[in-house]
Formats: sequence, C-alpha cells, structure tokens
Amino acid sequence: MRARLTLLTAGLLLATAACAGNGPATEQPADAKPSGTITVLTNRTDLVDTAFKEYAKRFTELHPGVEVKFEGITNYEDEVRIRMNTPEYGDVLLIPNSVTPSQLPSFFEPLGSTQELGKKYRFINEQAYDGKVYGIATFGNAQGFVYNKRVFEAAGVTDWPTTPDEFIADLKLVREKTGAIPYYTNYAAGWPLTMWESFRGSLSADRDYVSGLAHTDAPWAAGTDHHTIDSLLHRIAAEGLIEKDPTTSDWEESKKLIGSGKVASMALGSWAIVQMQEAAASPDDIGFMPFPQQNAGKFHATIAGDWKIAINKHSENKVTARAWLDFFVDRSGYAADSGSIPPVADAPLPEQLKPLEDKDVQFVEQNPAPANETGLTNDIDEKSEIGLNQPEYRQRIVDAGRGASEESLEAIFTDLNAKWKTARAALAGN
Amino acid sequence: MVRSRTGHPAPKVAEPAGAAVPAARHQRVRRPLAERARRRATPYLFIAAALVLLVVFTYVPVVSMFGYSLLDWDGLDPVSEFVGAGNYAELVTRPELFGVFTVSLYYFGGTVVQLAAALYFAAILSFKVRFRNFFKGVLFFPYLINGVAIGFIFLYVFKPDGVLDTLLGLLGVEDKPLWLGDRSVVNHSLTGVSIWRYFGLNLVLFLGAIQSIPAHLFEAAQMDGATRWQQFRHIIVPGIRPVIGLNLILGVSGALSVFEIPYIMTGGANGSATFVIQTVNTAFKYHKVGLASAMAVVLLALVLIVTWIQRRTIPDDTTELS
Repeated sequence: MRARLTLLTAGLLLATAACAGNGPATEQPADAKPSGTITVLTNRTDLVDTAFKEYAKRFTELHPGVEVKFEGITNYEDEVRIRMNTPEYGDVLLIPNSVTPSQLPSFFEPLGSTQELGKKYRFINEQAYDGKVYGIATFGNAQGFVYNKRVFEAAGVTDWPTTPDEFIADLKLVREKTGAIPYYTNYAAGWPLTMWESFRGSLSADRDYVSGLAHTDAPWAAGTDHHTIDSLLHRIAAEGLIEKDPTTSDWEESKKLIGSGKVASMALGSWAIVQMQEAAASPDDIGFMPFPQQNAGKFHATIAGDWKIAINKHSENKVTARAWLDFFVDRSGYAADSGSIPPVADAPLPEQLKPLEDKDVQFVEQNPAPANETGLTNDIDEKSEIGLNQPEYRQRIVDAGRGASEESLEAIFTDLNAKWKTARAALAGN
Repeated sequence: MVRSRTGHPAPKVAEPAGAAVPAARHQRVRRPLAERARRRATPYLFIAAALVLLVVFTYVPVVSMFGYSLLDWDGLDPVSEFVGAGNYAELVTRPELFGVFTVSLYYFGGTVVQLAAALYFAAILSFKVRFRNFFKGVLFFPYLINGVAIGFIFLYVFKPDGVLDTLLGLLGVEDKPLWLGDRSVVNHSLTGVSIWRYFGLNLVLFLGAIQSIPAHLFEAAQMDGATRWQQFRHIIVPGIRPVIGLNLILGVSGALSVFEIPYIMTGGANGSATFVIQTVNTAFKYHKVGLASAMAVVLLALVLIVTWIQRRTIPDDTTELS
C-alpha cells in the first residue's frame, strides 16, 4: 500500500516535471488589490533574514494582509535554472543570467515596453525581447578594482594608474614597500576572476563591443580589449604579484585581507565595496578605481545591471508580485543599501561611487545587439566552450602566468581565436 | 499484490467501500488461501519499497539521460531539437574530451594503495588485538563524514603554512610544495584525500568477509604452527577473493568517475579536472545538455565494460575452504 502511494507520488512528481514551462496561469483582473502570499527567490542569503525582512515589513504596511516569503538560494544561477523546468520557481525571482533573450517570454511576465520603461529605468535592455521588458535591474554596477587606499599610500602611490604598465609598477611598489599581496586573484572561488570579462568595451569605450564580437574571427588579436585585459592579468601573475597559492585562496577571507591591508587590490564590481568596507577596520580605507587605461584622456568604466528582478509567468498572484517588484525597485532602498547604481535613472549615485564622478570617469553601457543577432555572441561563446564568463578561461591565464602550466599567453590567444572562429563559422552555417 | 490486500484486514480502511464488502463476505471461506497468498507476497512488498526508490531515482533518470543524449538542448528551452546520434558523433570527433581520463590514472593508482592498506588493517584487526573495536571505529570514521566537509577540511590542510606544512615543518622538512597549486602535485594530493575518505569502506567489507571464515580453520592452522603471514596468505586471501574482486571493481569504476573531492577542492582547476567534472561543465556552463548526457552515457558504458572484463578475469567462484 505504502509502496503504491510512493509510486503515485513519484508519478505525480514526474508529471509535474514533464509539463515544464507550459502550465496554465490564472488570470487576475488588472485593478485587483495586492493580497495573499507571494514567494520571492533571492541570491542574497546574507540579507534574507535581515534587510529583506525590513523591506517586507514596510511593504506589508503599505498593503496590509499581504505576506512576502523569501527563499535564499546560495547557488542561485544553477539551481533556479533547473527549477525553471517546472512551474514552481517562486512568484518574484531574479532572472538567471544564462537565460537567452528569446526564452524570456516562455518563463516571465512582460513588465512593459522598452520605450516606456526606458524613460524611468536604466539597464532595461539587458532582459528584454522584441521590445518588451521582462526584468528590471535590482541595481547597477561599475566595474573596476577595489583597493586598500592606506596600502597604496604607504607604497607612495596616490594617483590612479593610467596605463597597465603604471599599474604593474604600482603593484610592485606595494609589494616592496608594504609586504602586502598586491593583487588577490580569488582563483579558487573562480567567479571573481570572471569580473575581468566585464572590462570589455570600457577600454575601447565601444558601446557595441559585445555585440561586435559576433563579427570578428579574432577577439584576442593585438589591440583588442580582450588582448589588453588578459595580458594585464597574465603579467600580474607572471610578475608574482598575486597570492602565493591561488588554488587555496578563499573569497570570504579575501574580504578581511583587503580590509586589514594584507591584500592591496582585487578586480570586482562596485557592489563589492560595501562588503569590503564592512570587513575593514576603517571603511574609509576601501577605494575603487577604474581599469588602468585612458581613452581620449579619460577613464572609462563599464556599467551594467546586476540581477534583473522578474515575475514568474506561472505565478498565481501576479498583482501582488508586481506590487512587490515595483516596491523593491523604486522604494526599498536596496540599491542604496548596496552602495550601487540605482535602477531608477534620475536617482543620485551612492556615496561609494562619488570618487568616480569627481574624476569624471565615463560610464559605458553596452547597447543591445541588433534584433536579428539577439544572443548571437553568447551562442558563439557557448558553442566554442570558451566560456567568456566562466572561471576556467581566466584560471588558464593565471596558470600560464604563474608558470603552473607550460602554455604561453600567445598560444592561449591563438587557441581562443581558433575556437571562436570555428564556432562562429558553425553558427553562421546554420 | 492485489490478492494479498483483499485478505489483509488493515488496508481495508483505505479500500473503496465497494471493493471492501465482497472481500469481507468471502473472508471466512477464503482465509487460508488469502493467508497463504499474503505470506507469499510479504517479501515482495518489502522489496518493493527499495525497488521503487531504485527505479525512480536511478533507472528513470538513466533512461531520460539517454533520451537527452539524442537532443540538442540547453537545459531550459521548451523546444529541443532531435539530433539522433549527433552528440555521439561529436564525441568521437573530439578525442581531447577523453584526455582527462589520464587524471583517473592517479586515482586508479590510489585505489591499489587503498585496497592494500585496507586489506592490511583488516587482517591485523581480524586477529586478537587490544582496542580492536576502537581502531575499527577510528579507521572507518572518515567514511561517515560528508564529502563536502572533507573537501573543506583538506583545503585547510593543504594551504601554504596549513596543517600539513606545519606538521612537516615540525619534522624538519624545509622544502614544501604547493599541495594544490603545483600541477605535478595536485592530483597526488587529491588522490590522498580520496584514499583517506574511502579506505574505511574497503576495510569494513574486508573485515566482514574475514569474519565469515570459519574460526576452526584458524585454530587448526595455529595448531599446525602456521605463522600470521601464512594464515593470511593461505586462509584469508583465498577465503575473501570474491570480496577483493568486488572492491577492485568498485575501485576502478570509482577512479573513472571521480567527482566530489576534486570538484569541491579545486573545481577541476589546475589540471585536476576529471571526466565527470568536464561533463558537469559541459551541461551547466556551456549549456550543452545533450552532449553532456552523451558523455555520461559513454562513461556508464565504460564502467560497465570494465566491470564485465573484471568479472571475466576474476571469477567469483567461492573457494571452498572447509
């Protein structure tokens, strides 16, 4: 009997899994008031019981009787992507970054047109398809290097380096004069290395850099952004300016290390500033500088949306879900609390990014690809198995730099170019 | 199963009323027969629980994995394209995908060391030794620890100036390698962790087998003046040969499909990627679920072939000792 029941349950489970992504959603009238319970999926396991509870409290004060439940997920990207094969992925969630634009309508509720929402919000093109927006950035990031000001000053470095050569020279000064680790790779955690990819487009100040990758056979040719970025990373490793054993590095510890001045710099998004300040003895020690290269006499920094918040197409409480989404983006204060660029276009920059504003750093936001090439760069990337946004690609460069592998940087560039070219040709042939 | 239920008094509660009434009417007459049927069905009911779990969590996924291996699918899209043997064809034309099997050689070497050590300790502990149960517990304990925890513990052990370096420093060793950072050392370190972790399981299997050897054989051997080594060589080894064979099979298939320890400790970086790590990356980083499923099917086939070869070369005829 029990066995039969198990079988039945198992069968039901399978059936649920089988109707992936096409379950019917109940419609609600547009003017309905928020009510009932919604579930919100989030990657912020560190805030889910603190700041998020606070936001929810303020939300329920506006809409009495509504209950907001949070589900913090550590390995957010992978886990939610798998869950999206069922209709059960919360009411409000963050869109996994690997969802392609053409897949958006199958999983998420359209929030409005790009034209209309574009007037109010930044980064609306990042999760949009066919003129409709499916996700709004919870906040935006500038890309650069988090660094410990005190350590750089102790080494006699007061100005931001303007070329890769200057940056290397500065890091060497840090090593000689302070004994701190000049640059910490966070190789073991892996994902911090993918932050280097975000510099693409800012060196050349090219707003179509990413979509333009689909039109070149050699993204790693001399003079390209990728060539400059990877050469700098390789050189930092080759000059021994990194931690002794990158394979046993530790992300959580790296916050304390940079906070206490044992590490001088790390390439990260501006979202990291607040976390580093929290781990620092004095928050003022933590600074943020752009990639060491100038274009027409000015620094440039990539800005892009962080996770984009969206509504599950299969949600049974879309009215409340939409109310929460609007509240979270417009009024929760999450972006300011994170020390990041607010999604609302005319809101002021946070304190942490003032230095960038003062030094007239130009923000570069990538344009969406032309409609007939939506997602093409990403498709080539996955086809080639290079993984521009995967740690393996940059781990390989660090390994070559620190002499763990026998590969030369030139050999890596040749290999990457060849893979890119083959994948591009294969996709064009389809 | 159905017949057994009609005779069984308890499940009637859950039975629809219509079905329950005739059963009750005939019960007195049919009881002996029903009783017998029920008895005959009991073992199957017990087995059914295990079978259902096995089918749901092993066989169904394997079948669907085989299904996925025929598709070009990114793991999310509602639409997937049927490509037949296309993924397998791609595997054959990309021999570099199998290059990572060289890493498995380290673990295979580790398996041999692991089995030798397990056999050694099992033999010693099967004789009368002081604190025998204590040592059994100590040696088996690592197997009980969660693999993720082990990965993190050993990350601290292998850090520069970590536990291992400190210990070696106390012993006067000056020149210490980067245990995970040095490409010529990393796989040895990881294999070491794997041995430490799985050794306990082999030990328990060997111990169980040794204890099932009739005690009078040892007594007789002792009376004849056989040494411990002679007892080991002529009684224990032949007596547990099938278990040694089984452990070897487990070891080889384990070496082919190493995943947990390197994935947690290095994520496959620095030349420590195994075939399974590469498969997981293909599926979840490059979103080629079809190709990755084909790789998994190939791995399954390889393990089955290795097992088959071993079964042929090491026949599991139970040696009659007495």
